[in-house]
Amino acid sequence: MTIENASRSKTDTKEDIVETNKNYDFQLPIICDVDTLRMLIRKDGVRVVDVRKTEEYRQEHIPSAVSLPLAQLLEKDIPTAIMDILQNLGISDKMPVVIYDNTFGALAARVAWSFQYVGHPNTALLEMTFSQWKNLGLETETKINSFPMKTHSLTINHSIHADASYVEAAKEQPNKILIDSRERLNFLTEHIPKAKNIPYTMLGSNGSILRSPEEIKRYIENRGIPVDAEIITYCGSVGTLSGLTYYALKLAGIENVRLYSKSFREWKSLGKPKEEFKDANYWDLSAD
Amino acid sequence: MFAQNVKHFRQKKLSDDDFRRFRLQHGAYGSRLQMNYSMIRIKVPSGEVNPEQLEKIASLSEAFSIGSAHVSTRQNIQLHWVQLEDVSEVMTGLVEAGLTTREACGNTVRNVMCSHFAGVCPDEKFDATPYAKAIARFFIRNPMCQNLPRKFKINFACCDNHGLARIADIGLIPEIKDEKRGFKIYLGGGLGAASFIGHLVEDFTPESKLLPTCMATIRLFDRHGNRENMARNRMRYLVHEVGWDKFQRLVFKERSIVEMTTANYTSKLFDVKAEEETRPLPKAVNPKMVKLPMLNERVTLESPAYERWLHSNVVPQKQDGYFTAFVTLAAGDITANQLRILAGAIREFSAEGTARNTPQQNLAIRYIRAVDLPDFYNRLGSIGLANPGALTIASAVGCSGTTSCNLAITNSHRLAKEVEYKFLELGLDTDDSLRDSTIKISGCPNSCGQHEIATLGFFGGASRIGPTMAPTYTMLFGGSAGEQSELGKAIMRVPAKRVIDTIRKIIEIYKQERSDSETLNQWINKIVRGEGTGSVRNIENMKASLTPLMQLLPVEEDPEVYSDYGNDARFSAKTARGECAA
Repeated sequence: MTIENASRSKTDTKEDIVETNKNYDFQLPIICDVDTLRMLIRKDGVRVVDVRKTEEYRQEHIPSAVSLPLAQLLEKDIPTAIMDILQNLGISDKMPVVIYDNTFGALAARVAWSFQYVGHPNTALLEMTFSQWKNLGLETETKINSFPMKTHSLTINHSIHADASYVEAAKEQPNKILIDSRERLNFLTEHIPKAKNIPYTMLGSNGSILRSPEEIKRYIENRGIPVDAEIITYCGSVGTLSGLTYYALKLAGIENVRLYSKSFREWKSLGKPKEEFKDANYWDLSAD
Repeated sequence: MFAQNVKHFRQKKLSDDDFRRFRLQHGAYGSRLQMNYSMIRIKVPSGEVNPEQLEKIASLSEAFSIGSAHVSTRQNIQLHWVQLEDVSEVMTGLVEAGLTTREACGNTVRNVMCSHFAGVCPDEKFDATPYAKAIARFFIRNPMCQNLPRKFKINFACCDNHGLARIADIGLIPEIKDEKRGFKIYLGGGLGAASFIGHLVEDFTPESKLLPTCMATIRLFDRHGNRENMARNRMRYLVHEVGWDKFQRLVFKERSIVEMTTANYTSKLFDVKAEEETRPLPKAVNPKMVKLPMLNERVTLESPAYERWLHSNVVPQKQDGYFTAFVTLAAGDITANQLRILAGAIREFSAEGTARNTPQQNLAIRYIRAVDLPDFYNRLGSIGLANPGALTIASAVGCSGTTSCNLAITNSHRLAKEVEYKFLELGLDTDDSLRDSTIKISGCPNSCGQHEIATLGFFGGASRIGPTMAPTYTMLFGGSAGEQSELGKAIMRVPAKRVIDTIRKIIEIYKQERSDSETLNQWINKIVRGEGTGSVRNIENMKASLTPLMQLLPVEEDPEVYSDYGNDARFSAKTARGECAA
């Protein structure tokens, strides 16, 4: 931190307290709609986080947004590092945070989950991607935003996280259900034993990163999954697709959801058991 | 209702058999050795599918299937590997776009086919499309065909050359007699483990007797068809066993009963007028063929890509100045994104604003003005769909094979793609002497790849070569479609990995042996008849010439040639019960 920054953050402390009292009583839902975000931006009561690549952010972004490319977060994916990120983005404990990407919500979801994991519950996903925002003709800016550093406490929310040993134990428990978020052909090829497949492609709809809660709930019910089950989501590598599933399930009213953030890549590298299906050449049906 | 029945099935409140019957009646077929997944067969009567429907299929395939859709040889569009629990969601989505899977499988009247040239064919007597659509509408959900002895197929042609009228339970070709519309109707054809070519009912069946003839045939089949032996219960076996003369008499008799007893109300449900195109379409100004300069010029591998595409994918219509362009799909597969962009291109460039899918597993986009062809081509190119060869030997047909089907022994789907890639790479689409030849591949003897009506047909099997099992194809020569349909003759078995080399060898022999302007297709037929004039005169000579190619090294030295496409592992033939006849 430069001396200049340090002195600024000192003087900002008072403002921080004032702002908290003034604006930060707003509790975000899981998905933040466009009108709410624009209202919050106007009132200067939100931190908007753009998780696209730095170059994309530099070209243009939603007004007041700060840049946090997903890769930067994944570089040091441990709670203290994520807390540092929050502080550096000028996010204090209760400040509403709205996150967006341009990848159907999966990257935003992974960042949002990380924030909630280290103790920032007031985090939401923007209902749409940046392209859709632009297509609606909504305002953007090119200014690079940075805000004075804030302090943020670290309260790890263990109840939304699963590691490999937790997943392994869960497989044997009937009230815990594993959901694989990868596309169908990847799932058929190999998956964690007993996992059920809800490809991330089922979750979005035109113009929105997630379908209605009713639809998602119906997909869950069709699969015979009780709403009071504990669900653990995973995907191929770093928990982006399954991060989106995490929020889809929360939106559908499932209380108890965990993300296996290190996902199938770690599972395989640990040599854990897999279910495979090799009796059909389904990959040859793909026109890609 | 489908979702409810899946739940009951999972809870074991619904037996396997009852659930299977229900599932098939609603168009969901079990996936290969994995009954938790379905292939959803979307019926496309006469192959006509509009842009909104293509977009709906795109989004459903992305959400619930594998992100690609598949055009079948009977003008259905299939979504594979859909989880049983999501089938109801797909069906609901399809209904929103005016599509259905109802009676796409099971012992019912399946998708009613119609030549994709109907309405634009220079040789047709009239457009059969509204008749095909009216027949489809009449029989769907009709109590008289909800539980037939076996599936029942109806195909309409446009003219004597196009269409598959002789290989259906009922095949119809438009005809005009004394200025009155009617059809030449063929009965009892069909491809399968034993194939038959349909018989002509009478020289001319007037339009007024179209419905009674179809109804009478279905009633006879329902009454007399074999419900015991699953392997012989298609109507063609009944016709064969009863004998054509007798069956023909039964049809006439039953038809008079139908005519006397069918309520006026029922007959009115067959409404051709309601299916006719109401929007004004460009009419034929000059029924003579109009040619683009480029269409008749020779092209080569070095020709510009657009000219090569024009040469092998575009044909003139009877409507002066309009053209039909074919989209070459590898074994019928198309991605969701391609479907979306294509839907936009159809809206923009086709004056009729719809597409037809073809039994060659391609898409036909009709009513394109000559001036728009370059833009249309460029649009296709932007999504990787501008491959040439649609109307040539390069456009090989392949059923789904071991990619999805319980009955399949070999990966016919991938083989068809490999043939297409290889032949386009070699530029065989530019060779006009190969143009009227076809290659069709099935993964088992059941003929979904329609191998019996190909110039060179192949069906999959397993053969012991030395001590090792290997995937092989039985090769057939000299099949053809159209009114003069012929069934191919089995020649010999070819290891799967030698099929492409074998076809190339046959072409090489043909080039040495042919007389002047003889095409490959003509030459093959001559060999089948034993009338060759060079050193290869008949099938026996041909087999002798090809035998060296069939010699394989021992499996230890060349394991790859003993495996199937898409599999590294040692080949073993795995199949499960077929579901057609549940």
